Amino acid sequence: MVELNLNARRGSFHLQVECRFATEWTVIFGPSGSGKSTLLRLLAGLDAPASGRVALDDRVLTDTRRNLWIKPGKRQSGMVAQQTALFPHLSAAANIAYGLAAMDRAARARRVSDMLELVGATELAALRPANLSGGQAQRVALARALAPAPRLLLLDEPFSALDGAASDALLQRLQAWVRANRVQAVMATHDASDALALGAEVLLLHEGRQAAMGPAAEVLAIERQRLIERLKGDGRL
Amino acid sequence: MDWQAFALTLRLATVTTAILLAMAVPLAALLVLGRGRWLAALEAVATLPLVLPPTVLGFFLLVLLGPRTAIGRGIAALLGHPLAFSFDGLVVGSVIYSLPFAVQPLVAGFAAVPSSLVDAARLLGAGPARVVGTLLVPLARRSLLTAAILSFLHTVGEFGVVLMLGGDIPGSTRTLSILLYNQVENFDYAAAERTAALLLAMCVVALAAVYSTSRPRGGDRG
Repeated sequence: MVELNLNARRGSFHLQVECRFATEWTVIFGPSGSGKSTLLRLLAGLDAPASGRVALDDRVLTDTRRNLWIKPGKRQSGMVAQQTALFPHLSAAANIAYGLAAMDRAARARRVSDMLELVGATELAALRPANLSGGQAQRVALARALAPAPRLLLLDEPFSALDGAASDALLQRLQAWVRANRVQAVMATHDASDALALGAEVLLLHEGRQAAMGPAAEVLAIERQRLIERLKGDGRL
Repeated sequence: MDWQAFALTLRLATVTTAILLAMAVPLAALLVLGRGRWLAALEAVATLPLVLPPTVLGFFLLVLLGPRTAIGRGIAALLGHPLAFSFDGLVVGSVIYSLPFAVQPLVAGFAAVPSSLVDAARLLGAGPARVVGTLLVPLARRSLLTAAILSFLHTVGEFGVVLMLGGDIPGSTRTLSILLYNQVENFDYAAAERTAALLLAMCVVALAAVYSTSRPRGGDRG
């Protein structure tokens, strides 16, 4: 379970969220610029909030009142950002192995092989990122984030470069992996079908504010109604 | 040709370049990855030798490293000889004088590495040293080569700091640029031409090496 109460400012943008991610999957849903990526970066520890607290189960990751901030690499969190951010000078296999420095060579090779198989990218092991398609790069980036066995998995539009069928198949594999490894997964998306497919709890963000939180069908219905009212207001309906 | 001055110049430039790279890589990484207002002051100090007249820098170092200051006396006690008018003193002066030529290319190269890559490495548990060693340095290797060659050349060609701090001691502080000055002062233009030609050739070869590595390859132009 993730408990968060965060206030953050980026220029004129203000993010304010207070909620709890209690289910296996949580989807952060909202239009571009609503604060989805900002929230994921705060959870990952890449950015610091102006004030607030983040806890993963019984472990506090951020608490500004106690001046507590756990470094990104010590949070046991993995993240796949919109930009895959694969290291261009390393092969796909070396990218995946990057977070496994503490393992011995044989265990590391096994884990890399397992991860490549999980994301359906075994044949890509020796290729460098420049030789990967967008979808292949996203598979490798996912494998790299999963390899260190994170407790918290943060995904920011992770399958945007994959077509529908490939995305669905990979999401199913990922769901099974998340369940088997008892991982808390949080995915930011502006695609309602992802939220429905996961059957997840949805946090709806609007301009940095928490507009709704609850089961996917309920929250998406609220968002649908809001869109209809906005279009009526604009005279387009 | 005074091969002793040539060998001394090469030795000074090589030692200076090695020390500069060892200092400049962490310094440039700190300037690019660090946060805090004091970094602007640090960058200004690291860039100062670029605009400071070499004779002024040489004079300050001569005073600082001389017997009048506690630092100078301490170093003399440690080494068994004063730093001023010695090869070791020249190395100290050269390192300070050429610092911006090592730091600036590295700052530019490290800053060009996308922050998303640094974030990814941090998320995967890499500390600052691993980020620098496995990410910034390999991805900015051309900047590293540029920094090395510029530091080397700048040291080969320095005159004011060497003269102020080292004087003109054959085999100890007489570099090619000091030799050239002496030759011209003695109206030995034939020898001066050879020395100047050697310095020119060293600079041209090294600069050609810099530009051959920094030019885009034919295939990259699409």
